[in-house]
Amino acid sequence: MSELRETRKEKILSILEKNSVPILFTVFCALGIPLSGYSYGYLGQEIVVRIARNSFLIIALLVPIMAGMGLNFGMTLGAMAGQIGLIFIADWGIVGIPGMILAMIISTPISAFLGWLCGKILNMAKGREMVTSYIIGFFINGVYQLIVLYGMGSVIPIKNPALVLPRGYGIRNTVNLISIRKVLDNLLAIKIFGISIPVATLLVIAALCFFIIWFRKTKLGQDMRAVGQDLEVARAAGIKVEHTRIVSVVLSTILAGYGMIVYLQNIGTLNTYNSHMQIGMFSIAALLVGGATVNRASIGNVFLGVSLFHLMFIVSPTAGKNLIGEAQLGEYFRVFVSYGVITIALVLYEVRKRRDLTRAGRLLAQDQADEVEAKQ
Amino acid sequence: MAHTGVPILELRDISKEYFGNKVLTDVSFSLHSGEILGLVGENGAGKSTLMNILFGMEVIQQTGGYAGEMLVAGQTVRYQSSFDAIADGIGMVHQEFSLLPDFSVAENILLNREPHTRSFVSEVFGDRLDSIDRKTLVSKAETAIGKLGVSIDSSTPVGTMPVGHKQFTEIARELSKDSIRILVLDEPTAVLTEQEAAILLKAVKKLSDEGIAIIFISHRLQEVVDVCDTVVVLRDGKVVHNEPAAGLTIEQIARWMVGRDVDQSRTHRAFDYAQAPPVLTIENLWVDMPGETVRDVSLAVHKGEILGIGGLAGQGKLGIPNGAMGLFPAGGKVVFEGEEIALNNPKNFLDAGMAFVSEDRRGVGLLLDESLDWNISFAAMQVRGKYLKRYLNGMLQWRDEKSIQETARHYIDALQIKCTSSKQKAKELSGGNQQKICCAKAFALEPRLLFVSEPTRGIDIGAKSLVLQALRDYNEKSGTTIVMISSELEELRAICDRIAIVTDGRIAGILPANHPSEDFGLLMVASPKGATEVTA
Amino acid sequence: MIKIRQFIHSFGWPRIIIGLFLLSLFILAPFFNVNVATSISDTIVRFGQNGLMVLAMVPMIHSGCGLNFGLPLGIIAGLLGGTLAIEFNFVGPVSFLMAILLATPFAVLFGWGYGKLLNKVKGSEMMIATYVGFSSVAFMCMMWLLLPYDSPTMVWGYAGTGLRTTISTEGFYLHVLTNFLKFRLGETLMVPTGMLLFFALIAFFMWAFLHTKRGTAMTAVGSNPVFARASGIDIDKTRTLSVIMSTWLGAIGILVYQQSFGFIQLYMGPFYMALPAVSAILIGGASVNKASIVNVIVGTFLFQGIVTMTPSVMNSMIHTDMSEVIRIVVSNGMILYALTRKSEATR
Repeated sequence: MSELRETRKEKILSILEKNSVPILFTVFCALGIPLSGYSYGYLGQEIVVRIARNSFLIIALLVPIMAGMGLNFGMTLGAMAGQIGLIFIADWGIVGIPGMILAMIISTPISAFLGWLCGKILNMAKGREMVTSYIIGFFINGVYQLIVLYGMGSVIPIKNPALVLPRGYGIRNTVNLISIRKVLDNLLAIKIFGISIPVATLLVIAALCFFIIWFRKTKLGQDMRAVGQDLEVARAAGIKVEHTRIVSVVLSTILAGYGMIVYLQNIGTLNTYNSHMQIGMFSIAALLVGGATVNRASIGNVFLGVSLFHLMFIVSPTAGKNLIGEAQLGEYFRVFVSYGVITIALVLYEVRKRRDLTRAGRLLAQDQADEVEAKQ
Repeated sequence: MAHTGVPILELRDISKEYFGNKVLTDVSFSLHSGEILGLVGENGAGKSTLMNILFGMEVIQQTGGYAGEMLVAGQTVRYQSSFDAIADGIGMVHQEFSLLPDFSVAENILLNREPHTRSFVSEVFGDRLDSIDRKTLVSKAETAIGKLGVSIDSSTPVGTMPVGHKQFTEIARELSKDSIRILVLDEPTAVLTEQEAAILLKAVKKLSDEGIAIIFISHRLQEVVDVCDTVVVLRDGKVVHNEPAAGLTIEQIARWMVGRDVDQSRTHRAFDYAQAPPVLTIENLWVDMPGETVRDVSLAVHKGEILGIGGLAGQGKLGIPNGAMGLFPAGGKVVFEGEEIALNNPKNFLDAGMAFVSEDRRGVGLLLDESLDWNISFAAMQVRGKYLKRYLNGMLQWRDEKSIQETARHYIDALQIKCTSSKQKAKELSGGNQQKICCAKAFALEPRLLFVSEPTRGIDIGAKSLVLQALRDYNEKSGTTIVMISSELEELRAICDRIAIVTDGRIAGILPANHPSEDFGLLMVASPKGATEVTA
Repeated sequence: MIKIRQFIHSFGWPRIIIGLFLLSLFILAPFFNVNVATSISDTIVRFGQNGLMVLAMVPMIHSGCGLNFGLPLGIIAGLLGGTLAIEFNFVGPVSFLMAILLATPFAVLFGWGYGKLLNKVKGSEMMIATYVGFSSVAFMCMMWLLLPYDSPTMVWGYAGTGLRTTISTEGFYLHVLTNFLKFRLGETLMVPTGMLLFFALIAFFMWAFLHTKRGTAMTAVGSNPVFARASGIDIDKTRTLSVIMSTWLGAIGILVYQQSFGFIQLYMGPFYMALPAVSAILIGGASVNKASIVNVIVGTFLFQGIVTMTPSVMNSMIHTDMSEVIRIVVSNGMILYALTRKSEATR
């Protein structure tokens, strides 16, 4: 069988299409930046802040993609575990880096358990992992509220009254994380060209990147990539498919928990009942903006994605205001874009998958045409 | 070649039943190191079951195990899973590739057997966190490729390679196992070009020189004669011949494969199809049906005849009706009763007055979760507008439950379908009765031409003759032209007027059904490129 | 024993648990001074409010498009119809009729496009439907600001442009169905006859449609698309039709909701409206690819019963309002249960 012949136009189009989302965002940003009137120094600073704040969370998404389970909408589970860790250290008054580390330690078993549960359920819903993990996020959110809103302060002792709702139990809507606010960011911070760089945070992220690169090269990483490509082939080769999938979700959930702690130490306040719900959507949107797809994502996608997505996020309200005189419009615009980009990425992925299926037919038609031509 | 000493593999009186259906009876043969044994037989002769037993596949245990004894290097073995077989040095290359497209050749060859090195992390967290030793991986893979005597770049992703190289990768995977002693190759050349096949055969010879025993399963008898030391012919689950390959001819082997004790009592009806006008003509049809690709088929079907289409599995016979109906992407020209039928849309096919009973009963033929009356009436309701009450000048087309029930009951009686009522769900019926429902569905369409694909697949012998009789009756009573596709040659010879044999996606020849089996056998195994058009 | 087991099997464990839970709430209610009649009345009203949005799940489930997580799209069509009817100053029952008429072309158009999109992504409809819903809500947030509405009852007073987040339907179509043939039993039990009749009417049409030739085809497409295709059905067209029907039902569903509830909720209002409807029909016994009108009625009643009863009973029982949490756990748990069962009924 021969190669499918494509015209040059088709080839260029397919390259453009493969990168359509990042290209679209670059165009958005290129138009938005002058409209917003922000200085490059300001934008540079903002992007550095947001890379430090969000990258860890987004990198947590890479592992399940590697194992072929798509975008892990269940990363909110990890975020919830991280928040529980933070509530405890806020209650116990443990400050600074030790506080952060303790929060991470507390979050680990919770994340691991939730990840295991999520992995188990996803193994029962093969082929619709994404929508299932999305609903798991909602379901566990109910359980989280049960624990945090009703359990904490009544069953689980919380001694700091500043955390507890006036009625005597349940955590307040916002928890002040002043004790660990920016502790990691301010550690080793330096200024270059007037932009302050949170070196320690970036080092942590770099370490995580190295971990991911190293992990891909381990036996487990190799198994995950094998499972991600073809469950049955991997199974026939003796790889424990179900177990490998569960491990990938557990790992992703634990990393998401740490990521949430890094994220919240930068923000400085915890929105007890909202922070985690948004974070999954924004992380996934950012990763997709960076050019990742449902089955392929790299560290490069993470950083390109964070930069482009947040650039759009920063400029759109002011750009909207300057363009139409409505800041609110820009706000809505960025919400629309976040959801829109996920929709487009999901649709493109499906459409591409089906077009690959028709390839064999096109080849056959081509062969037949060649034969007919040869006969004449 | 004379072999001495203990055979590496010996089968003694292997028998196997599937639900009371005997598929293997007292199969015995032995295989020595360095020997190449050609295993040939028609579809359903029992080759795959035999290989499943050899390879310890779970399906064998799940269906009650097997009788007889299997010895590997003189030791009796009874494998519980394929991993036991692998550990014992048995390697199998299946017809379907089991490769990961994005992995490199080397990664695929050593899938789940990657060489790894311990690190302090894995000391703590277990060996799944060992780093993979890429260098050793590549060198091991290259050694395995080297054994084949071919050159493939071990770093290429498998997905981008030609089929031949994929096949070599599969074989190299088995060779990379240090303990490999017996290698089973199932139709290794089926997807290869002639040059690729030649290279592969050379590689097989080389492996046998190194002392690996090889079971070579192929329908290309020329290859079998060329490369094998011994030929074992299976027919109906029995070893009918076990002879040295030297001096055998293709014709001989083909006759052994298909030859049955001819049932003299069968009567062939005298049907002069030449007198009947062609009702359906197919020209230059290609069909992209996975595993059943059709290339450039031209065919004429005469009014009132029963035309059989036979051939070995995977050669494309099933693609013809599926493509003509529009279930799979197809191209070419199909003319029915003088009108060209646009392809790729089943509605055109059905509207023209044809119907199709699919070989895929559960996937295409039935609404498993719905009642029998729905299954029988649905197509006729949608295509012919039957079983509908019309109101408001036909604007409202209401399902007429009463006439649906009546029709269902009629066919349940006529075809003796065993069910509790017409409201039973289709999935609850046995295979034979499901098949009858599929036929009833097609009959309800009152087609002038009916395609029936593998009508007796997976149903017991009693039901088989009932289904075939129903088709014959239908043809004779209502004058419907029937095109029947089947892998069972004898079944085709029993009820068809003519039989076309499809090989490698093309019509290898069409013969009247009363020709001897050998003639059809030869057409089935004809080398695809050198096929001579035999027409009668 | 066997009979009981068969019954449990055919009715399904989740439904029995939820049914018993609801029953126990009704039994407990009098002990905690909760007025049962009011509760029943509330449940009936909520049933009428939400029934059509649950019914909107049926066509898409029948054609194999899965659970309609994209319901917000239909709701948006309804919102457009409702706001336009007010903008054109229709009042009273006429405004309701006009709202439906004006919503229809939008519903058909949106449904058509949404259906075409879902045809391109067969097998992953639900995830994409969810995000189509979300994106369309976010897009309409911008539109509500920009569209040139100028009816003073709807736009922000201070700016003179941009629609308000909530708009009262009073004076327009408030209670036009609810009050039709409304009657009271005793002091507190109110029955919104008109709203129930309207639901019954639409449900009847749905039932009737499923008995026509096209409806039969739709069911077959959902049951086994390959079978349907081999019987000459145009799968894509049938699916698109089902999506249009679902979208339209969502549109009139929200209008019925508004006429009873009293307010039009714009902007992020429709955002999470799909989940309650999805879980209601699943609680009623539907699965990802099978649903009937009975599932709609049973499911809506059970779901709304729990939503009504838990706050009042739980509140008086343990002096804590845990109803929101229970609702989240029950509804999403039900959806998870359905998703993890391959394509069988949720039993």
